[in-house]
Amino acid sequence: MKMNKMMRLDVPTPWSMTLQDAATPNQEGMHELYDMMMFNLMVMLMLVSYMLFVMVKDFKNNKMAYKYMMHGQVLEMVWTMFPAVVLLYMSYPSFTLLYVLDEVLTPSMTMKVVGLQWYWKYEYSDFMLDTGETMEFESYMMPDDMLEEGQLRLLDTDTSMVVPVDTHMRFVVTSNDVMHCFTMPSLGFKVDATPGRLNQVSALMQREGVYYGQCSELCGVNHGFMPMKLECVSVNEFMDWLGEQVLCLCSLMVKAMYC
Amino acid sequence: MAIDPETFKFETPQFDPRFPNQNQTKNCAQNYVDYQKCIAIKGEDFEPCKIFWRTYTSLCPVDWVEKWNDQKEAGKLPFKLD
Repeated sequence: MKMNKMMRLDVPTPWSMTLQDAATPNQEGMHELYDMMMFNLMVMLMLVSYMLFVMVKDFKNNKMAYKYMMHGQVLEMVWTMFPAVVLLYMSYPSFTLLYVLDEVLTPSMTMKVVGLQWYWKYEYSDFMLDTGETMEFESYMMPDDMLEEGQLRLLDTDTSMVVPVDTHMRFVVTSNDVMHCFTMPSLGFKVDATPGRLNQVSALMQREGVYYGQCSELCGVNHGFMPMKLECVSVNEFMDWLGEQVLCLCSLMVKAMYC
Repeated sequence: MAIDPETFKFETPQFDPRFPNQNQTKNCAQNYVDYQKCIAIKGEDFEPCKIFWRTYTSLCPVDWVEKWNDQKEAGKLPFKLD
């Protein structure tokens, strides 16, 4: 039980009824909107159920089921206007959130995400060698027979994105063959990866952790077997990782040029 | 190659009011074309051209850039560079 309280829910779990825990302000906003909508839905549901119940139980001689009323101007006005006002009331925060999420105003780092049949390719082109070589790697799902203890079936990958915490990230999402969808519930985004088009989305991760996502646009036979895994680490750890990657890249370059 | 966190700076293309939408395709393409025009006029070592280079390399997928470079060498890039 204690573990349950300590651990964050960053993966889908069986019988999970709620959204995954938020790691970004974007997703927190979505949680808030979701809770508010659910509250309104419950109020409406109770109101309508109560009226129905009263009408069914006592079908005459009460104000809600007056069987001799053939035409009621005021009543019609009310049952038209009231739902319209409720819808407007719910749409305002929804649109506000939608357009706030669209903004990518001051990113610190850009990462490219390319969907392919059926894996993802990540490019860190903010970091380039003088030769114009950049860091890019592919990420495949771990097959069942290669899973290690504690790894998640259908979610873990051989390589993962590594990004620094508390850093405003911009993800540029595209595809090379058919449409895919880059989805990270904990970070609060779901962006279609469309061939020939670059979509951007931002995320400001506020806690370290490992986040998972799954392709959410039907893209072929292995659509369900191309998850994405993102490790959010401290800035210093990110530097170490980056250093290692650059070192690998350099040695590859040397081989390519001189071997 | 250890990276020193003290001297390291995150640098990435910032918000561009010409491309305020989620769709950044034109942002990438425009900066690629601008860079090619810039170096055609000023030469590859001209420092101010670098801003276009940094922007398009950060935004455009590597495959796209390779394709455009091939097209440019073959003289088939669908943009006027002069």
